[in-house]
Amino acid sequence: MNKPLRRVAIFCGLLMLALLLRDNWIQYVRADELTNRAENRRIRIERYAHERGNIIVDGKAVTGSVEANGSDFRYKRVWKDGPLWAPVTGYSSQAFDSSQLENLEDGILTGNDDQLFFNRTLSMFTGEKKQGGNVVTTLNGAAQKAAFKGLGDKKGAVVALDPQTGAILALASTPSYDPSVFAGNSDKDSAAREKLLKDKDKPMLNRALRETYPPGSTFKVVTAAAALENGLYDDIDAKTESPLPWTLPQTTVPLQNEGNIPCENASLREALRVSCNSVFGKMSDDLGNKKMIEQTDKFGFNKEVFTPVRADASIYPEDNKPQNAMAGIGQASNRTTPLQMAMVASAIANDGKLMQPYMVAKRQAPNLDDVYTAEPEELSRALSGENAQKVQQMMETVVKDGTGTRAQIPGVTVGGKTGTAQHGLNNSEKPYAWFISYAKTDNGSPVAVAVVVEDGNANRDDISGGGLAAPIARDVMKAVIDSKQ
Amino acid sequence: MSVVTNTTTIGAIDAPSRRNTELALVIFAVAISVFAYANVGLALNGELPSGMLGYGAGLALLGGVAHLVVRRFAKYADPLLLPLATLLNGLGLALIWRLDQSERLLAHPSFAPAASKQLIFSAMGVALFVGVLLLLKDHRILQRYTYISMVVALVLLILPMFFPAQFGAKIWITIPGIGSIQPGEFAKIVIAVFFSGYLMVKRDALALASRRFMGMYLPRGRDLGPILAIWAMSILILVFETDLGTSLLFFGMFVVMLYVATERTSWIVFGLVMSAVGAVGVASFEPHVQDRVTAWLDPFAGWGTHPASEQMAQVLMSFGSGGTLGTGLGQGHSDLILFAANTDFILATVGEELGLAGVMAFLLLYGLIVERGVRTALAARDPFGKLLAIGLSGAFAIQVFVVAGGVMGLIPLTGMTMPFLAAGGSSVIANWALIGILIRISDTARRPAPAPAPSTDAEMTQVVRP
Repeated sequence: MNKPLRRVAIFCGLLMLALLLRDNWIQYVRADELTNRAENRRIRIERYAHERGNIIVDGKAVTGSVEANGSDFRYKRVWKDGPLWAPVTGYSSQAFDSSQLENLEDGILTGNDDQLFFNRTLSMFTGEKKQGGNVVTTLNGAAQKAAFKGLGDKKGAVVALDPQTGAILALASTPSYDPSVFAGNSDKDSAAREKLLKDKDKPMLNRALRETYPPGSTFKVVTAAAALENGLYDDIDAKTESPLPWTLPQTTVPLQNEGNIPCENASLREALRVSCNSVFGKMSDDLGNKKMIEQTDKFGFNKEVFTPVRADASIYPEDNKPQNAMAGIGQASNRTTPLQMAMVASAIANDGKLMQPYMVAKRQAPNLDDVYTAEPEELSRALSGENAQKVQQMMETVVKDGTGTRAQIPGVTVGGKTGTAQHGLNNSEKPYAWFISYAKTDNGSPVAVAVVVEDGNANRDDISGGGLAAPIARDVMKAVIDSKQ
Repeated sequence: MSVVTNTTTIGAIDAPSRRNTELALVIFAVAISVFAYANVGLALNGELPSGMLGYGAGLALLGGVAHLVVRRFAKYADPLLLPLATLLNGLGLALIWRLDQSERLLAHPSFAPAASKQLIFSAMGVALFVGVLLLLKDHRILQRYTYISMVVALVLLILPMFFPAQFGAKIWITIPGIGSIQPGEFAKIVIAVFFSGYLMVKRDALALASRRFMGMYLPRGRDLGPILAIWAMSILILVFETDLGTSLLFFGMFVVMLYVATERTSWIVFGLVMSAVGAVGVASFEPHVQDRVTAWLDPFAGWGTHPASEQMAQVLMSFGSGGTLGTGLGQGHSDLILFAANTDFILATVGEELGLAGVMAFLLLYGLIVERGVRTALAARDPFGKLLAIGLSGAFAIQVFVVAGGVMGLIPLTGMTMPFLAAGGSSVIANWALIGILIRISDTARRPAPAPAPSTDAEMTQVVRP
């Protein structure tokens, strides 16, 4: 009987071998995949098992972490002033995952990131309690508050950049929301989130980064830049070849100006000051669709921007001649995010150099050692220094005695451009009020701003970039300049 | 090595009994278990658990008593079986106690703390182990009860059909005031006795009275009767008790023993074909089995919609999250499995908290028990002992494979439990009895034969060098 016994022994050995192989398959080969599956609650348990690190503005945490009872998630995220900072931090919810910085910097905030490896290993030996690291942002609290105060209960967005570095100083989107209300894991949190998602004003939409608007007349600075860069015009005070009325190519429709303004053969400076549609429409047409696209590319259009939070791509598409002419005044198929228009203003203010926008200045280990410090990075050369200064002069004239006078700040040079973008079929909906601007001091430009206000409640005639948006831009710029002194 | 010496060398008056080795290993097993218990307490509460002394003393007492009984009544028994069973039982207790500490499980309606009960069950198991060694002086006595065993086994297997199904399978009998018993665990041993007795008598008929056909020996029609009967019984278990595991276990055990008894490979082929036909046939109409198969094929596809799949997915994520070395005892989240986390799925806790290394160690412990069992079968001198030993160790191996394979997603899940590890009285008590019988057989097998009369011829055959 011993021969079959030995064979049975081999058979039992094979059964065990099969088990061992299977175990290696699920615990070694597939371990990472199984660990990181969305269904795996352990990820969230771990995320909330320790005090979460904070997101810091002006040296103070705008977030917090409190111990929560009654769930396997030990800590819960809280915000000191949720609606003010939600467009920057995003949310971090026990039940509903996370977004924006809370999501992208999760590794640092939970303390699991590889950048903290040394730190973590050290505390394993010292027996310290595990804690998350901090994310220090580039934001300026005063500017952010000014932006929210200016927007008030109107819908809109504000983006402020430091033109010399690309640091994001303000990132506002209204209406906003308080991420604290659904940070937990209860039915109450679900209901609160459901309510936000159903709100027709879309409070959870980050308008500064994820909404594209027709840019309206603010786009004329891009067209002007393209004209100067391509040598169409050199002297901003010389007459342009701009007949009035000017008929859109391939049509019989003249391109209307707002009111009876002196646009015939107006110089670039004058055309921007009074915002001549006919002059810039013809300019875009003279340059052609290809050159316009080239110039917008240089300003960062037509691709997504990562701040590191993703911003939608602003677009200047290939199009036919009349549409391209209309796009030159920001009234066709081209659409931009508020961030993109702030990038345009900052590139001009920074003498043509466009810096990569960013909002994470530093990452800190739990013991406050810096593990990462951001280095400003040049994104592209949008236009030559000489031409940038010419556009600056034009924009400064706009604020000095053009459509943007309400953006003036005593003792500071301000350049800007208004825009009132029509939208809806046959201009049926209330227009968007735009304003882009920068301030300049002796040390170059400290701030460039883009403001967009989409206000359904305002009187139609009152909606204009100069009226609604310029004062907000002024307050934000002033807040930045004041905080630097 | 020692087996070879003991069974082939004749004349060693006082062959080593290996009892001291066994004692040292039992102490080691108890120490590891107590260490695991302390580990859980330190990880969960930062202090040594208050019940540690009681637990350690209890386990040491069980191991100690079992060892003394073996030393006294089964002097030459295999020295590894008892320490292996003690270690698995002790670690099982630590794991069950660890899951008792889980707030998530305590909040679940189907869960009740099981550690103290399990310690009592272990004591009952060791008592049965001691009983087996005291009452069963020679395993051949069991041969007398061949047909009584058959009746008892049939009753044990059929009984659960008359009790309501629990958790989808009818494998329990409920006795009011005492609790549920899984008779299948006991039937496993009784039926092995029946098979051994039956096959020992019939094996020549089964092996020799056959026709050769296409290189295989085909048994005569009337000799096919028993295997067909057992097959039919397995299918009935599968259909009426919806328990794939028990069915597979009995049929597998029978085929293994039949093969060993007759040395005819054709039985294996028959067995495989028949079990495949049975399993596929039943799976095609039995919804409970279909559920398990669906969960096995793609556990994550049924997330949120198919509870059986979701549970399997939780089990796999538990294993995966453990990785190579595991989170450490008390620091995993295998309690996310919720239902049956400390019974059918206890291996997932091993996987998550002790990692790949831990699971492999446990599998090797089980493998060692099987290996010692097979070795006992090889060493046994009588066919009945051989058959009984291989039947019990084969059943043990198949059970470990079916349970561990099911939990790890190698095969569809069945409703059996890891021997010694999982919470549950029937399993631990029956398996201690199984170890008892194996120890008895190995004691008989390794006992040195009486010294033969000295042979005067021996010296004559010496080669004398020129």
